[in-house]
Amino acid sequence: MRDVSIIGIGQTAVGEHWEKSLRMLAYEALDAATRDAKIERVDALYVGNMLSGELTKQEHLGALIADFAGLRGIEAMKIEAACGSAGAAFRVGYAMVAGGMQDVVAVMGVEKMTDQEASLTTSALAMAADAEYEALQGLSFVGINALLMRRYMHEHGYKKEDFAQFAINAHANAVNNPNAMFRSAITAKQFADAKPIAEPINLLDSSPIADGAACVILAPTAMAKEFTDKAIRVRASAVATDTVAVHDRRDPLYLEGGAISAQKAYAQAGIGPWDLDLFEVHDAFTIMSALSLEAAGFAPRGKGVALALDGQIGIGGRMPITTMGGLKARGHPVGATGMYQIVEVVLQLRGEAGANQVRDARLGMAQNIGGSGATVVTTILERI
Amino acid sequence: MEVARYWRTTKQRYELVGETCPNCNMKIFPPRDVCPNCQQLAKTPQAFSGSGEVYSFSTIHNAPEGFEKYAPYTVALVRLSEGPLITAQLTDVDDQDVYVGMPVEMVTRALREDGERGMIVYGYKFRPAFGVAGASSQAVAVDVRAPQAAGQREVVIAG
Repeated sequence: MRDVSIIGIGQTAVGEHWEKSLRMLAYEALDAATRDAKIERVDALYVGNMLSGELTKQEHLGALIADFAGLRGIEAMKIEAACGSAGAAFRVGYAMVAGGMQDVVAVMGVEKMTDQEASLTTSALAMAADAEYEALQGLSFVGINALLMRRYMHEHGYKKEDFAQFAINAHANAVNNPNAMFRSAITAKQFADAKPIAEPINLLDSSPIADGAACVILAPTAMAKEFTDKAIRVRASAVATDTVAVHDRRDPLYLEGGAISAQKAYAQAGIGPWDLDLFEVHDAFTIMSALSLEAAGFAPRGKGVALALDGQIGIGGRMPITTMGGLKARGHPVGATGMYQIVEVVLQLRGEAGANQVRDARLGMAQNIGGSGATVVTTILERI
Repeated sequence: MEVARYWRTTKQRYELVGETCPNCNMKIFPPRDVCPNCQQLAKTPQAFSGSGEVYSFSTIHNAPEGFEKYAPYTVALVRLSEGPLITAQLTDVDDQDVYVGMPVEMVTRALREDGERGMIVYGYKFRPAFGVAGASSQAVAVDVRAPQAAGQREVVIAG
């Protein structure tokens, strides 16, 4: 297997891009990444996306984006794993380069969500769950997370307000991210007063739907120096799965897929969780931050929220998370989110994170989750 | 919901028929034919009693397409007395009265309607078990379209 590095990154701002189509967003991110890598052509393109068929009536994104980006003829395809789609696309591109099948590969995530009515987007997102035994009962994706949050509060004795710190931290970090959707800080009072979506989850527990695209260029580390002096090495890439339906889990409050995925990644990198300098966590809802921190080994069961309450998740904290705003405040264009996470880790490791720079960051991890934990993609990156 | 898909899943939706694993005795709902515990073939039908208790619950305000007119409504994870967890709506109860651990029982109700001319989809919901606080007089206000007993399949496809 060949060692693989990221030689270029690109992203569009996350938000409501009514003036831009899905293919235009994809092209912008790809163009930015190839310019950053100072290359003109890639050998292959892997596109992470969840909802283009349902919301844009467009599938076949591999060929479509390759064509519209001026890459007609190359190998290209779409990879889908619900909100974990972009992480999964990264995994496929990584395997192609590591295995010697391709040399220079673009992996991207793209999602266009804001063209449709909210109820259609809500039912489309519920496709990440079990259609026959969760969605048919009228359960929304927010609802699934609400069931987890209520039970977590019941078992571990937390109040709703205890989850506020995850959202406050994400918003504080997004202020300094020019590509974030919500560049405004929030207060504990605003969190407490936010309108309920699916109790106990309120608006400020939840990440927003959005449009966006992000892209990275992969190449063998041995070749990376030809292109750039700021290559970031892929130290680990791992995928694990769990049941799609929450009711089928052995213990709904334990993200088994998250734990397996993180353990595989730690083993590949030869490190433990606390060797990391930052962790881009999949904070689709505040409860997912808590469960992810526990599954990835940063806190014992029931103590993920305590980590936030103790002030350990900020930029200067013991384990900085959502350093550029996370899903909560950067925004959550579902099938693109995993690539934003990776782009943000690269910015930190290059020392290009501006006011949010984690001091002397050398090792960073991104964990991209499909559904409520059914697909978990963990990526560990290192400054060379 | 498509007619064939509706027909395929009637036994589990009307009668809570799942499976039991002949190898490890695990009780399985919904049916999946392969035991999630020991990975052996598990096709022995098992009808669940429909009694259980609330494991967790939430009130949905922003409903998915097809459920808008029912919002707000309460969904729950229910721990069936035989063991499995099941996702279902709660009915005949005010969400303020629901609590984790509340005893509930299965009833058959309309789940959704696919528009004016589409199918009415029936299936399981859960209501407070008889004699439980919160199982108020609302419990008799049954949706008139609901079949009176499981098995009356000819009444469930309307329009």
